[in-house]
Amino acid sequence: MPLYSARVLVSLRPSVLDPAGEATRAAASRLGVDGVSKLRIGKAVEVELEAPNPQAAREQLELLSDRLLANPVIENWTLELKDDVSAGA
Amino acid sequence: MTLGVVVFPGSNCDRDVQWAAQGCLGIETRFLWHEERDLSGLDAVVVPGGFSYGDYLRCGAIARFAPVLEEVAAFAQRGGRVLGICNGFQVLTEMGLLPGALTRNEKLHFICEPTDLKVEPGSCSWLQGYNSGEVVTFPIAHGEGRYQADPDQLKALEDSGQVVLRYVRNPNGSVGDVAGLCNAQGNVLGLMPHPERACDSATGGVDGRRLLASLLG
Repeated sequence: MPLYSARVLVSLRPSVLDPAGEATRAAASRLGVDGVSKLRIGKAVEVELEAPNPQAAREQLELLSDRLLANPVIENWTLELKDDVSAGA
Repeated sequence: MTLGVVVFPGSNCDRDVQWAAQGCLGIETRFLWHEERDLSGLDAVVVPGGFSYGDYLRCGAIARFAPVLEEVAAFAQRGGRVLGICNGFQVLTEMGLLPGALTRNEKLHFICEPTDLKVEPGSCSWLQGYNSGEVVTFPIAHGEGRYQADPDQLKALEDSGQVVLRYVRNPNGSVGDVAGLCNAQGNVLGLMPHPERACDSATGGVDGRRLLASLLG
């Protein structure tokens, strides 16, 4: 079965305050990096998945992203799917 | 009257609930390990506080898939009374039994202190022992208790009397000062403060007693 590699990026929805991002932004200026006007923290989830074809892989990854990796009440997600990464494929 | 108390790996308020219910009020309790599916003979279920499955990914995100919670969801659908405290509230929102989500406190601190709460008008069965407008004191102990819902959803919840407990002085940035939320049917309550830690006069106030005592009413 082909193996697919994906990265799911989970970010807080723009309307949701990100206090951890704000604290990190404050640290940026203490480092001497000025002018950081926005810093928001999300998650990058790397997934490898076996599926019969790219379409099936995408469907499974979308389900995973929407129902587990992100909480759509407060988070958005995007999916980057690579073609079959099986060795020799 | 028998109360089920769910126990996940990482729960840490399960025994507090047992002490409050059984030790202080004489309500028989039975622990429900997360893999259990048998809720027979139970009149109500508490999803207690703690850090279920380590709270990896998001608070309550992994607990949502516990076998016991499938049964708890069905129990709630049948009108069974379900109470989610702190992490239990987070779990109930992740399951979709209650709307919205709970996320990082506005000022990032883990807050552990007694907190004044106003009881709002509503028809939540768990709060029948309190008067509308009454102010009670329950301890809070959380790092991720900031309630989030979009403005339209919050308005709808307020209009339907589901926002049943509000912080008098909002400690965590929750929208609408929401501390506790009930479902439309009135049988499922989730709240960040800990009523079970306000039941024994040996450890402070006893404002939480009437919440659990509603099971006896």
